[in-house]
Amino acid sequence: MKLSQYGYCFHGILYRELLRFVQQRSRFLSSLVRPLLWLMVFAAGFRAVLGVAIIPPYETYITYEVYITPGLLGIILLFNGMQGSLSMVYDREMGSMRVLLTSPLPRAFVLVSKLLALSLVSLFQVAAFLLVAWFFEIRPPLSGYLTLIPAALLAAFMLAAMGLLLSSLIRQLENFAGVMNFVVFPLFFLSSALYPLWKLRESSEWLYTISAINPFTHAVELMRFALYGQLNLTSLCVCLGLTLVITFAAVRGFNPRRGLQQVKAGA
Amino acid sequence: MMNSDSNACRTSGIALRVEQVCFSYERTAALDHLSLQLAAGGFLALLGPNGAGKSTLMALLTGLLRPASGRLEIFGYDLSRQPSLAMRQLGVVFQQPTLDLDLSVEQNLRYHCALQGLSPGAAKLAISEQLQRFALDDCRQRRVRSLNGGHRRRVELARALLHSPRLLLLDEPSVGLDIQSRRELNEHVRALCLQSGVAVLWTTHLLDELLPQDQLLVLHKGRAQAQGRVAELLLQHHSDNLNGLFNKLTEAA
Repeated sequence: MKLSQYGYCFHGILYRELLRFVQQRSRFLSSLVRPLLWLMVFAAGFRAVLGVAIIPPYETYITYEVYITPGLLGIILLFNGMQGSLSMVYDREMGSMRVLLTSPLPRAFVLVSKLLALSLVSLFQVAAFLLVAWFFEIRPPLSGYLTLIPAALLAAFMLAAMGLLLSSLIRQLENFAGVMNFVVFPLFFLSSALYPLWKLRESSEWLYTISAINPFTHAVELMRFALYGQLNLTSLCVCLGLTLVITFAAVRGFNPRRGLQQVKAGA
Repeated sequence: MMNSDSNACRTSGIALRVEQVCFSYERTAALDHLSLQLAAGGFLALLGPNGAGKSTLMALLTGLLRPASGRLEIFGYDLSRQPSLAMRQLGVVFQQPTLDLDLSVEQNLRYHCALQGLSPGAAKLAISEQLQRFALDDCRQRRVRSLNGGHRRRVELARALLHSPRLLLLDEPSVGLDIQSRRELNEHVRALCLQSGVAVLWTTHLLDELLPQDQLLVLHKGRAQAQGRVAELLLQHHSDNLNGLFNKLTEAA
């Protein structure tokens, strides 16, 4: 296999994801509505309740809206990651996963390409959200938008890989309600997305501990610091390490047989 | 590499070799020591009722499943040891529709070329060639959703041939087609066999898709019940029509 063939293959997978993304405009909009509602309604209500102290990377007192913006970016990526993984399960049944697997290129390469393509497409949603947020007075430094790109990409990839791993591991999660209840909500609420960890610590030490080791917390913190041109080294290391481990496990554990058996059982 | 290449040359007369392959789902055996051979450029029809193991064999051949035991070779390349070289020889039309309905015919075909590692230039040529061959030129920019079943199948057949495979797998490709589309598809595939020397494995449960000179394998409960030319099998089993032969073979076990 020549290197150029890998390039053509990746380009093809990415281009297809982009085409599908452009075609599914309603999905794009609905995925934006969720975090925007959160930003406008939830944040407005909570602003009065939560006093936010000055914590890094912020240099002044900030409003609650500013605080939860990185967390909402996280939820966009988390949703996309889970939805992407589910659509791979769905794809398997519908057959387009079977087409993907007829590629003569190594399966690990094809799967990682697919995850990377999904992650890159997610960045468009992140950009769109930040654009709307700008009108709500959430205005990080311009350079922050640039430093956010690699951070968001890493976070997106990690969450997409997590989704792929889940879809191979847990059969019961093959409907979205299950994923929401047992994966998305716990990851989201037990993290630094909605409230700073020190605040959580005031109420419960063990909730704090769980949240501190939650991978989603680190994805959010990595983006939070990046958005203000800073590097959270701990979060970067956690995200990088986890991404490697999860991707390895997801590719190794990828078992399309499960999908076929389901079709058989359903037929 | 040298070794495997020479190995491939030695056996290049055989497009597909299945040797003593076993596979089971949970507790039920889907394939039980199945063996078969298909010569390069040959046509082999795999006939069997639903649940005979046809789809399982296809899933094994396309790398979706791995055999519990036995060997699968495509032009001498072992599917589990040299998957990349083996898959490269292979074109597949799946039983279930696998085209992206919201993309155009050309976008679908391009995607497939990319998966095969073809350069954009080579892809363009291959796409034009296949679309022309299947009289699909006019559909190039159309969304797949707007095509009828027969046309979609033709697009899938064209797609399977883009990377010039030497072995074509067709998993019940005529399911859901009307009589005319079925006949056309059948004719297309046979012409392909004759003109381009592509070996074809065609699974079906429809008897009227077979000709007397076809090589036939009757699969039942994961086992090969009979193997040979249709005409010879009829003689052997003292049947005067395929229907009777088929009933005899699948009821016996």
